[in-house]
Amino acid sequence: MAFVKKNNKRNKADTPAQTTEFASSILKKQFRFDDWIAERVIKTVAFMSITFVALIFIFVFRETLPIFKDSSQITESFSARPQGNEESLKPEVYNPGNSESETELRPETYGVEISDLKPNEEKEHPLSAATGHENSRALSTLLSKDWQPVSDRPRYGILPLFFGTLKVTFISILFAAPIAILAAIYTALFAPRNIREFIKPAVELLAGFPSVVIGFFALMVMASFFQDLFGYSSRLNGFVGGIAMSLAAIPVIYTLTEDALTAVPRTFIEASLGLGASLRQTAFLVVLPTATPGIFAAVLLGIGRVFGETMIALMATGNAALTTINPFDSVRTLSATIGAEMAEVVFGDTHYSVLFLIGSLLFIFTFALNALAEFYFRNRLIRRFQGK
Amino acid sequence: MKDSKDIKVSVNDLSVYYGTTRALTKISMDIPDKKVTAFIGPSGCGKSTFLRTLNRMNDLIENIKIEGEVNIDGVNIYQKNIDVVNLRKKVGMIFQKSNPFSKSIYDNITYGPRINGINHKRQLDEIVETSLKQAAIWEEVKDRLHYSALSLSGGQQQRICIARTLAVNPDIILMDEPASALDPISTSKIEELIHELKRYYTIIIVTHNMQQAARTSDVTAFFYLGELIEMDKTKTIFTNPAKKQTEDYISGRFG
Amino acid sequence: MPWRSFISGTGSSGVSRVNDITTGMNRNTKDIIIQSLTGVSVLLILFVIVAMLIITFIGGWKNLTWEFLTEFPKEGMTKGGIFPAIVGTALMTLIMTVAAVPFGAITAIYLAEYAAEKSILAKTIRFAVKTLAVVPSIIFGLFGLGFFIKFIGLHMDNMFYKGELHWGQPNILWASLTMALLTLPIVIVSVEESIRTVPKEVREASLALGATKWQTIRRVVLPGSITGILTGTILAISRGAGEVAPILFTGAAYYLADLPRNLSDQFMSLGYHIYIMSTQSTNVDETLPIQFATTLVLLLLTFSLSMVAVILRYRIRKKAR
Repeated sequence: MAFVKKNNKRNKADTPAQTTEFASSILKKQFRFDDWIAERVIKTVAFMSITFVALIFIFVFRETLPIFKDSSQITESFSARPQGNEESLKPEVYNPGNSESETELRPETYGVEISDLKPNEEKEHPLSAATGHENSRALSTLLSKDWQPVSDRPRYGILPLFFGTLKVTFISILFAAPIAILAAIYTALFAPRNIREFIKPAVELLAGFPSVVIGFFALMVMASFFQDLFGYSSRLNGFVGGIAMSLAAIPVIYTLTEDALTAVPRTFIEASLGLGASLRQTAFLVVLPTATPGIFAAVLLGIGRVFGETMIALMATGNAALTTINPFDSVRTLSATIGAEMAEVVFGDTHYSVLFLIGSLLFIFTFALNALAEFYFRNRLIRRFQGK
Repeated sequence: MKDSKDIKVSVNDLSVYYGTTRALTKISMDIPDKKVTAFIGPSGCGKSTFLRTLNRMNDLIENIKIEGEVNIDGVNIYQKNIDVVNLRKKVGMIFQKSNPFSKSIYDNITYGPRINGINHKRQLDEIVETSLKQAAIWEEVKDRLHYSALSLSGGQQQRICIARTLAVNPDIILMDEPASALDPISTSKIEELIHELKRYYTIIIVTHNMQQAARTSDVTAFFYLGELIEMDKTKTIFTNPAKKQTEDYISGRFG
Repeated sequence: MPWRSFISGTGSSGVSRVNDITTGMNRNTKDIIIQSLTGVSVLLILFVIVAMLIITFIGGWKNLTWEFLTEFPKEGMTKGGIFPAIVGTALMTLIMTVAAVPFGAITAIYLAEYAAEKSILAKTIRFAVKTLAVVPSIIFGLFGLGFFIKFIGLHMDNMFYKGELHWGQPNILWASLTMALLTLPIVIVSVEESIRTVPKEVREASLALGATKWQTIRRVVLPGSITGILTGTILAISRGAGEVAPILFTGAAYYLADLPRNLSDQFMSLGYHIYIMSTQSTNVDETLPIQFATTLVLLLLTFSLSMVAVILRYRIRKKAR
């Protein structure tokens, strides 16, 4: 069949005798533009996820730099700030008749208030001596026990904020972890199939509740309820905040635990049942130990969720930077501090930079937590299934 | 012996490795043009792997290594710079489990032509009719062309897949156990189809059903544990095989 | 540990049957206790969900009138409606969706189709996506402030407005883009899951017909993953409508006389409204019903979106089985 069909412009390779249409169509790799460009675009867009994370790192850190550099080139920082009040230690009650009455009707502007400049002043000013001086002092106060950014002698001690965050996180995980894990055990191991199909999405619906709604609920309903129940004085406190936050943590821990439990190979379960163990024994003696790394990771991520939670903290914890052990005292968390004070802060000034510093710390913390859960525990999990 | 111009595919010392495991060992054979060649052998002996080297579908597997040559029309398809996409237009494949797209019958058949730039409705209509007729399913579906292909029975779906492949006008059609998931009636329809198609296409079929191989093929190759044991005219293989292993397999002593 | 000996213990089946008889009663009651305990936990969670829904409903349904949804707030927020908050939320989520869904879908395509499992690039991208998923929402707000407003915005002002402040301040554009970054992982995860349900055989069929990789994706894989893209979009919208922390200082405002007309305007938002009204309102008694009603609106909105997404996701997973 040595016929030579229509010869295309493609160059012939050095093949023996036959050059069929077939041969000439496959001998040279055709360049396909659509494919080429699709691949380039898709890979570039995907790569941007890495870029975004890097950008977050960079630009959140960027705003903290003034504290670390003694001098700052920050300009345009003009504003009248209220002087020394001990407000940060008074728990918020959110009752009528409390402070700011007019602010709610003005559109908010943050930071720069050019309108405050007098007409014949230049836009750029040499560094405000106050800010620069404050910046260098700020670092030294970071580890102090006072969070008093708004006063004659500002102190930026973030320890009480850390403490508050830890307290609330502790309380919330104390409640959330057992409930979520037990519920996951039921769903993954004891529930009949059709009930399981119903419970899983139902709990996921809880995850769909906006945290501002949970915060509202805590503020309006739960706070009064618990206050009547326990009779303490601060209506909004670490306990109420913690319970409310557990509502946010439960879906996270539940879903991941359930995943970990169902990932245990069926063969393990069948082997155990085949030896005569009951479902309960199998669950607790075989499945749970095997899934432990995954459950650890789940709790870890639940902690991460609560550690950075802002709205619930803003609305339910009382926002007083206290460092007492009593769960029924108000606290102030790191993220709530950022959320509450960034609105009032002036761009470029020390307070602003310290808030960004808090944000950077939060970012590092959750990043590390996530990395830990990813690398350490997932690896452990895989190795367990493969028999170490 | 066969005339060189009747050989469509010529394989020289082909070996295939999955990582360090060798799946095929130095296979050499000539596959005749416009005839049906069957690959038989117990499961797991490399027949499907070999089939997939003929249209380079094995490229999709990570970790795979190919040694040797596969020459189609004198061109080694494993040399550098081969346009694999065009190769697959010329070497079509029917899979064990029918896999029509989740589209209408019409769109399934026109998938190939559309990719090749044919968009004119009248042309597409023609191609659809021709392909479905060649696949012996035109009468059954001609009034249902815009129904989903998935609404058909298993045997019909497989014939749609065959029609879909025919629509691209290949030279060679590879069939990987095309009827193993089908009932006897559909199976015999497919076998009739193969008999018709070989007038225009070179067909290579993998089957674990020996009777099917005996019924449909002109040439049969027997594989065992990744090696080609024997290959000859079908009649010879089944009545008077040269190797004892072949005879044992044919007579059912193992497999 | 007792279980070790139990599992690997020697002993004929006869022995274990004896154990059955003697410890039968104990085992059963223990079983019942444990199963009840875990079941109660589930009920507790469901109870809380239902309680929140009901209480919010009771507190707010009376105010849920057509006027409430279509009027501006009046008399210092004590009367009137929340129309601008609804519009603001809607506009913001719209811009957010337009930004996030294409990015997320394309990234998902990469992860499902182009990423070699072992490649470092693929692993890094996955890790980056997971990182974005766990970053606290307030950090996104800080990012929005530090990047969009104080970097991009200020540079835009220097270039186009000769330094006059126009883009370098909070507005709906920056808030939406900030929110888009937050919801990006949600879209990616949903779409990737959906792409992976398209069976391998169908992809092979396409390639065997001489289609290229991109042609296969465009003509076979993507049409088969529309549900996943939809689910991801709905989940993103639900999340975006409800989150407040990222927009606290990137564009949300409590009282605006007008609806936002430009990308450089600020906007009102349901979530932000609830927050400010419940924590800083001077007239709690009078605004309480409005607070509940607004919360109810937001809850109904996010809840129904979540439900739709759950149903869609259920259908995707059923298809995969």
